[in-house]
Amino acid sequence: MKFDVIVVGGGHAGCEACLACARKNKKTLLITSNKENIADMPCNPSIGGPAKGIVVREISALGGEMANNIDKSFLQMKMLNTKKGPAVRALRAQADKISYKQEMIKTLESTPNLTIMEGMVEDLIIENNTIKGIVLEDNSKIFSNCVILTTGTYLKGVILYGSTKIESGPHEERPSKFLSDNLKKLGFKIKRLKTGTPPRIEKSSIDFSKAVLQPGDCEKHYFSFFNNQDYNVDDQLPCYLIYTTPLTHQIIKENLSKSSMYGGYVEGIGPRYCPSIEDKIVRFADKERHQLFLEPESIYYDDIYIQGFSTSMPHDVQERMVHSLPGLENAIINKYAYAIEYDAIDSTQLKPTLETKLIKNLYTAGQINGTSGYEEAACQGLMAAINVCLKLDNKEPLILKRNEAYIGVLIDDLITKGVIDPYRLLTSRAEYRLLLRHDNADLRLMDYGYQVGLISEEDYRLFCEKRDSINKLLQNLKNYLLNPTIENNKFLTSIGTQEIVTTTSLYDLLKRPEIEINQFKDLIDLNYTNEVLEQVTINVKYEGYIKKANKEALKMLEYENIKIPEGIDYNLVHNIAKEAKQKLSEIRPTSIGQAMRISGVNPADITMLMVYLKRNKVNEER
Amino acid sequence: MNDTIAAISTALGVGAISIVRLSGKDAISITNSIFKGKDLNNVNSHTINYGHIVDNDKVIDEVLVSIMRSPKTYTCEDIVEINCHGGIATTNKILELVLLNGARLAEPGEFTKRAFLNGRIDLIEAESVMDLIDAKTEEARKLSINQLEGKVSTIIRNFRQKLLELLASIEVNIDYPEYEDIEVITNENIRKEISNIKEELNKIIMESENGKIIKKGIKVAIVGRPNVGKSSILNRLLNEEKAIVTDIEGTTRDIVEGEVSISGILFRFVDTAGIREAKDLAEKIGIERSKNEIFNSDLVLMVLNNNENIKEEDKNLINKLPKNSLIVINKNDLCSNIDTEFLKDRDVIYIDTVNIDGIEPLKNKLIEMFNLEKINNSDYTYMSNARQISLAKEAYNIINDVELGLKNEVPTDLIEIDIKRIWEKLGEILGESYSEELIDQLFTQFCLGK
Repeated sequence: MKFDVIVVGGGHAGCEACLACARKNKKTLLITSNKENIADMPCNPSIGGPAKGIVVREISALGGEMANNIDKSFLQMKMLNTKKGPAVRALRAQADKISYKQEMIKTLESTPNLTIMEGMVEDLIIENNTIKGIVLEDNSKIFSNCVILTTGTYLKGVILYGSTKIESGPHEERPSKFLSDNLKKLGFKIKRLKTGTPPRIEKSSIDFSKAVLQPGDCEKHYFSFFNNQDYNVDDQLPCYLIYTTPLTHQIIKENLSKSSMYGGYVEGIGPRYCPSIEDKIVRFADKERHQLFLEPESIYYDDIYIQGFSTSMPHDVQERMVHSLPGLENAIINKYAYAIEYDAIDSTQLKPTLETKLIKNLYTAGQINGTSGYEEAACQGLMAAINVCLKLDNKEPLILKRNEAYIGVLIDDLITKGVIDPYRLLTSRAEYRLLLRHDNADLRLMDYGYQVGLISEEDYRLFCEKRDSINKLLQNLKNYLLNPTIENNKFLTSIGTQEIVTTTSLYDLLKRPEIEINQFKDLIDLNYTNEVLEQVTINVKYEGYIKKANKEALKMLEYENIKIPEGIDYNLVHNIAKEAKQKLSEIRPTSIGQAMRISGVNPADITMLMVYLKRNKVNEER
Repeated sequence: MNDTIAAISTALGVGAISIVRLSGKDAISITNSIFKGKDLNNVNSHTINYGHIVDNDKVIDEVLVSIMRSPKTYTCEDIVEINCHGGIATTNKILELVLLNGARLAEPGEFTKRAFLNGRIDLIEAESVMDLIDAKTEEARKLSINQLEGKVSTIIRNFRQKLLELLASIEVNIDYPEYEDIEVITNENIRKEISNIKEELNKIIMESENGKIIKKGIKVAIVGRPNVGKSSILNRLLNEEKAIVTDIEGTTRDIVEGEVSISGILFRFVDTAGIREAKDLAEKIGIERSKNEIFNSDLVLMVLNNNENIKEEDKNLINKLPKNSLIVINKNDLCSNIDTEFLKDRDVIYIDTVNIDGIEPLKNKLIEMFNLEKINNSDYTYMSNARQISLAKEAYNIINDVELGLKNEVPTDLIEIDIKRIWEKLGEILGESYSEELIDQLFTQFCLGK
């Protein structure tokens, strides 16, 4: 039996990967250790948030599934950072973990060309440095042209709490014991990473009267650009906010050495941005209290997730910690918190397509590449799949640039800088975040989604109409000129803005902070969707800043466009520092722009590299 | 950087010894091929070797050749310095021979560029070396040395740290909006922080302008009608007979420059042709130049004769004087015929050039005007380099953008984008941000040789 593509692992990366391949008419096999755990959310019950929410929009624009799926299965929707500028607005949904899985499985099962199979992959079939298929636990082989590994935390997964160490993936699932060793034999550098999850509490055992209510938005929001289904905002489930108490801190301090982390049982490197509660209390010792959020996991069971309370304490200490929290004095712990260690590969061993440099046609996506987060995983799965399909079709790869998408930032960071601790996407990682907004993900990426064949003709037509409307309205605003007549100034005063002294376009008037586009409704046709009006408003109001960002991005692109030949021998480039030579030889950047972002490569090295490239080009031309 | 570069690294034409310097992997073998004496390929590093430079057996000069092998050299490459016997012809001939034997003429600043590219020195150090070479007075030398030690770097680095902290506080609010116990940075917070930074940066720029004064000196144009004693004033200041002084009107036809250190600061005096109706072409050109000098100088000294009344053409000129000017009334040993009423709103001093001490009031006035005491006593830790100052000014302008944004109630996260640019600009001063134009421009500014 032979497939075009085998996807190993049914997490968020795996789901996007196998769907995209199958939708591109590739005969696709998804192998998962347990069908029940497809699209599982083993940690927080939410999707989106700053940067990550924008990634979900980007996934939608490229024809991925995550946005549709969360729109079908959320418990609460909230737009974050609404008081800030448009660039950092981000949507976050509380997900129903059961519905999310079920909806995704339904989609997978109804997708043609996609076979789902249970099995544990322990080895790869390689010939001439090219992947040929996979070997299962029972030594049976399955062949394919390409393989995408999306193994999550299952590579040598070990669960830890206190001094207890259990070989396991999340939910006591069996880990893959040999695959990472086999990858190591092939030359992959294996890293050990760590993450953790907080305890889950029985809902009925919590006294919510001591907590602050955190309801969803009254306004409707969607991640997906397509087929948005109406919903009742009143049906949303709330979250709750509580704080740690002095007793909580005391218990943690007294028992610190009992935690896996501080007791020295953990080898892996944990994430800096999402520390365990022990970490927070040790590192920010002067802080009197820490915020915790109580979040529902599903309507189908009663677990409440305590966001911010991840720990690796032994179970008895966890009990005391939980009971020290307001409203949780009598709480019943349904699932204890744990830390989990797993193997990941060094992401600098990947090409920008997420193909490994060592093995042809082998791709990796998600936590195996050292990232953390469902959204980070999903977008890699999608990009790996898109590039697998483009390669199988003998087409140019799709590599998103840092000024085009958070996905571009993420992948470029992975392959250029590598990771030390699990990588989470942050808005501050994006140099051009003003360009990478929630509202314009379709304008940035849908052309690509359409070109690679994951956006339908009909959806694309609707998108083009939207784009045309935006341009038309922008033009109309520019063309409509107000003269400083008494009548016009009366109008301006009536809408609460200063009078004009020279002829002014509506476009320029809209730049005034106090003016809203709807105030022009009697002057020009504003019969457009809210999305179009919003897009036009943002483009006008922040034009100056957007122009600046574009200018900076153009500067970056100039360097991005200076390509470095694949086979370059850095030993022939004179006068670059030893460290730079080593880093360049390892990472093998594809452009000067990428080379500039490698830490340890300094400007002088770049200059010498450019001199070398220029001279070589001259020699070739001769 | 594979080739070997060469240049004359001492000022041409002056001094008893000139040095032709080579840097690169063939520096030693090239020199050896025109050298008669020991085999330079086999001498120890950091040795001085006596011998002759020859052109086909014809001896050009008796020389001392310093051999310095990579990597412990200024450029980290092999360096050879040929110490020859001054004189333009000989030095040029040796350079020519070196070039004929495989070296390439160094571009301006290329030795220092190589030192920088080979990781020998950082950007500010590289620029400081150039300043050191240019340093004309003791004060300027002090300034350059302070920069070499990295004092400027430290100040700018502290500055960036402050901005970085502000940036981080803003970004944490963006990435973790739900954490209400993190202090939310509002536009009001930014306004406060940024105005502090603005003030400090402004101070640095202002003092850097002083730094420029220290390094480049102050250019002073002396103007006035013919034969009021401009050349005499210059000579008194310079303490030497550099300008030709005669009693015949219109003697000074060209601009004569002289440099003098007053209170440690370099003053570059420019004597100009007397301004009047020119009688011949040469004089006419001289007069045109005088007029230009007025506008290109840091200070204009308008010289009047004490025992003559102010003439109509004087009045015209006085009315056209730029702000930075001083009226100098000369020859106060003679009786006063001057109409002081016309000058009552002007800065006026009296001197006489007959007595040696008569020039002192002018010197004191200059010290006072340029606040030289203060410049002199300050700790020279400021940017003395045009590139650095211009980047600092760019950063300052972006601060104005930030303030405009704050005034227009632009959201914090957009304002933060500008704050990041300030941070990057300051990074460029340190050579920490990458920019290709930076490197090119930087090194073309450098003078030839070290």
